[in-house]
Amino acid sequence: MNYRFNFRDIWAQTDFILEGILVTLALTVVTMLSGLVIGTLGAAARVHGPRWLSTMVAAYVEVIRNTPLIVQLFLVFFGLPSAGIRLDAMTASMIALGINLGAYSTEIIRAGLEAIPRTQVEAGRCLGLSGVQVFRHVVLFPAIKVIYPALSSQFVLLMLGTSVVSQISAPDLFHVASIIQSRTFRDFEIYAVVSGIYLALALAMKLGFAAIHHLAFGRR
Amino acid sequence: MIREFAAIDVYYLLLAARWTLALTALAFVGGGLFGIVVALMRVSPFMPLRALGAAYVNVVQGIPLLGWLFVFFFGLPILAGVQVSSWVAATIAFSFYAGAFLGEIWRGCLQAIPRQQWEAGAALGLGFGEQLRHVIVPQAVRVAIPPTVGFLVQLIKNTSLGAVIGFVELTREGQLTNAATYRPFTVYIAVAAIYFAMCFPLTQLSRRLERRLRVAR
Repeated sequence: MNYRFNFRDIWAQTDFILEGILVTLALTVVTMLSGLVIGTLGAAARVHGPRWLSTMVAAYVEVIRNTPLIVQLFLVFFGLPSAGIRLDAMTASMIALGINLGAYSTEIIRAGLEAIPRTQVEAGRCLGLSGVQVFRHVVLFPAIKVIYPALSSQFVLLMLGTSVVSQISAPDLFHVASIIQSRTFRDFEIYAVVSGIYLALALAMKLGFAAIHHLAFGRR
Repeated sequence: MIREFAAIDVYYLLLAARWTLALTALAFVGGGLFGIVVALMRVSPFMPLRALGAAYVNVVQGIPLLGWLFVFFFGLPILAGVQVSSWVAATIAFSFYAGAFLGEIWRGCLQAIPRQQWEAGAALGLGFGEQLRHVIVPQAVRVAIPPTVGFLVQLIKNTSLGAVIGFVELTREGQLTNAATYRPFTVYIAVAAIYFAMCFPLTQLSRRLERRLRVAR
């Protein structure tokens, strides 16, 4: 092994890398929110909705979960323009990621809703709690507690998964890496550095979610 | 020159799906070997081994698969001194990646077996290896099959990222077909349909096996 590693050219690009990190984080946060909204609506439709709606949501979940994210992204970015819908790379990324996460969170939230036995709700009503109180104390809080671990690890997977948007040239951290690669020809070095950054982001997210879990559910 | 998207293109996509399955199979075998080692390390009575196994899992799962693909694609030539083909790089990267996930799944299955089973083995005078082989593993395998099949679906979908280092599988073939026909919507719907046809039966199988396992208990 007589390769000479050279990281100097990469340190020169720190500002550019920071921009990439910000885009990755922005994509992650926006997708977390839209995925949560889609997932909550989807789960509600699956559990409480009419038959036809429940079936449609189930089909959506199966189609998304059994096809790769990159193909979904290509369909939104390259496929939709032929239907007259032209999107820039960031919008297409947010839509594809949101639809993707929505399917996974629908399943997770549905499991949380189904984990609350009907008898618990009835017990709450018997104790004289109002409908809103029952929903808040008997359904919502325990359900969030059930889904929190699965949902938070899904969020970390999402953050790592956003790297795929580099393939349609959305300016995220991974795309920044490929531009720096073509500028400096330090291919191994840049991908090693960027991988390290993702690892740090993933660990930070895990620690953050663990801290929130401790604050919210620690007393019980 | 742009030509029409025709039946022959679907045929080519189906042929390319073979390489998706071939890469999945290689990654599953390689990942399985890594996974067994990781799972055993994670349940071993020796603390440094447990910590090493946990570190491997955390590092692999904390970096995007795209990162691993590029690190191996550009890193292996530095290590080996020769250019490696995308086959070699993809197989090694996917095995390395799958090993962490399979290791975690299988560790969970080993730990799902009640501690008393280990103790019963110890009481019969079996060593750690013998307890594993005769008592724990035969029970854990039954628990392990449904999530392992489920992970296979993840693996099939993830091989689509092999396209970025020039590995010609289903997604890459889709990109090439699109470049020739410029019918992106049709092409990627066809690609998605082929993935669905490969993944959906496995998802259903995994679900059915899991239900049967739950009933059996």
